[in-house]
Amino acid sequence: MDLATIVQILESTLRLATPLLFACLAGLFSERAGIVDIGLEGKLLIAAFFSAAIAFVTGSAWLGLLAGIAASVVFSLIHGIASITFRGNQLISGVAINFLASGMSVVIAQSWFRQGGRTPSLMGEGRFPPLELPFADAVADVPVIGPLYSEILSGNSILVFVGLLAVPATWWVLYRSRFGLRMRAVGENPAAVDTAGISVVRLRYYAILIAGVLCGIGGAYLSTSLAAGFVREMSAGRGYIALAALIFAKWRPWQALFAVLLFGALEAIANRWPNLDLGFITLPNQVMTALPYILTVIILAGFVGKAIPPRAGGEPYVKER
Amino acid sequence: MSSTRMPKWADVLLVPLFSLLIAFAISALVILAIGEDPVEALVIMVRGSLGSTYGWGYTLYYTTNFLLTGLAVAIAFQARLFNIGGEGQALIGGLGVALVCLFIPWPNWWTAMIAAILASAAFGALWAAIPAFLQAKRGSHIVITTIMFNFIAASVMNYMLSHVLRPPTAMDPATARFDDVLRLPRLHDILGLVGIEFSRSGPANIMLFVALLFCGLAYMLMWRTRLGFEIRAFGQSEPAAHYAGISGVKIIMVAMLISGALAGTMAVNSVMGGPQRLVLNAVEGAGFIGIAVALMGRSHPIGIIAPALLFGFLYQGGGELAIETTIPREMIIVIQALVIMFTGALDNMVRQPLEAVFLRLRRRG
Repeated sequence: MDLATIVQILESTLRLATPLLFACLAGLFSERAGIVDIGLEGKLLIAAFFSAAIAFVTGSAWLGLLAGIAASVVFSLIHGIASITFRGNQLISGVAINFLASGMSVVIAQSWFRQGGRTPSLMGEGRFPPLELPFADAVADVPVIGPLYSEILSGNSILVFVGLLAVPATWWVLYRSRFGLRMRAVGENPAAVDTAGISVVRLRYYAILIAGVLCGIGGAYLSTSLAAGFVREMSAGRGYIALAALIFAKWRPWQALFAVLLFGALEAIANRWPNLDLGFITLPNQVMTALPYILTVIILAGFVGKAIPPRAGGEPYVKER
Repeated sequence: MSSTRMPKWADVLLVPLFSLLIAFAISALVILAIGEDPVEALVIMVRGSLGSTYGWGYTLYYTTNFLLTGLAVAIAFQARLFNIGGEGQALIGGLGVALVCLFIPWPNWWTAMIAAILASAAFGALWAAIPAFLQAKRGSHIVITTIMFNFIAASVMNYMLSHVLRPPTAMDPATARFDDVLRLPRLHDILGLVGIEFSRSGPANIMLFVALLFCGLAYMLMWRTRLGFEIRAFGQSEPAAHYAGISGVKIIMVAMLISGALAGTMAVNSVMGGPQRLVLNAVEGAGFIGIAVALMGRSHPIGIIAPALLFGFLYQGGGELAIETTIPREMIIVIQALVIMFTGALDNMVRQPLEAVFLRLRRRG
């Protein structure tokens, strides 16, 4: 394996990790505030559809991004109404949201474009162009840093950088801001927060709104940067993998970045070598497609350290009367 | 808790009925929004699924699938376990059916059917056993692990059908057709015995009666045996069950094995009773519809029969819609999502106003 191949794999790792990163950070906000979010998958999917549809109609990837965020936030609010306001089962609500996205995206796509549940291919301004970083050419020949900067980082869609910047931003909000402190408290001990005179309901709604925005960007990235248009079920389980990455990262932002890069690398390797020849055995491509899920189960089984979720996760908060 | 505020019949019938009405009303709005007529859509669905014995043949065929997957989800729900893995368990169950039907020369259909039921149940239970074990012993959340096992099952089936079980001459990833001796008697044959005319082409078959029998057996298990009591007690309160000496590990394992086995047997209907060969995606989302069925049926083995029939009607009617109008088949997924949302997560939204009404009536009376 030569350097060019490694650079290619790393580049595609970063691109494939980006939608996972957005979904994972979305899940982090939601779950740190005590709302379990199985519906990341559905939010990615519906955002991917509306981004591609609006980007195609208006010819602007930016308007597409806004539409994707709006769609994802609406789905977040549905989840909020069910699980915060009406204190319903958060898992069931999440499952319903995933099916709603899966059905609605195809029904609307078919009604608007009549192409079997797809959007037409996006061209030109409908997609986010590659962003060339400054001095990318100048440092290209510097060993190690050169290819890392000019080949892997430079030339990606702007959303990739938004995702990378979202990690320190999340860290800051979570650990250095008053909102973050309260949000974490709501996920661990909502009664204490309530006693301090802070609204549990409002904090949880803020958290899921942030989750909605992040999932919206992730979905928009899927259909307007990674691919050129929407195809049915294009989220392909990424929301669930993001959830696994979140557990792997034990609900912490920097670790989340490493987890999604790991899953991104797996997908990149599977794409590069559909039948991976390990010398003594050739893995068929079905093994490679199943590998992220198998790895997730192994991680979930706790063989890599115990993952302790936020204590109040999944429990609706009932205010004492 | 709720039964003190509302009579039991209202809790069991009225709440799901209202939820269903809201779900249907929103679906009608969606149909309006995409420029079709919801009333006409309903007429087409009723005509296509209930208007002829041909339609009934398909409606009841789908109903059989949903009875078994709904029962699978319901049993797990009774132990407060959310088995989203019915889809994967049914896929792997299909592998069991195919192996039994392809490689053993059965003398007649009923021996083959019993063997296929046992094999599919064993395969389905096996596929549920790993997530169950991880939940029971390592505390890994069963919702996430069963979702992962759905994806893994899809890969396993893809590999088996394109590399192992595909006849060398065939192009598409599917097994060879089973022997004609193994053809299950269809409603045409069964009802013909008592002189009732029934369409020859509808695939509803003897598995419908097997599924109904399973519903009855599940009821007996849950409400007439010690094990059923333990499962329900564990579902109501884990600490109380633990205090009463009920082993949580045992209940999680047993409930999930039964659940997986039931989901697996669904494949006998959809493989042996349907195309008589194993094709890719032989389950077609029935595992997920089981969630909606179980929620509507309040996780009761008899209660799920009506919702299973309803979804059988929706599924067959939805197919007709896709043929006669521009409404795609995926409309059914939207309805399914709304039913899950309103009967599952937004239950309180429907329940609270109803409880207020009953409270007022009681004060007056």
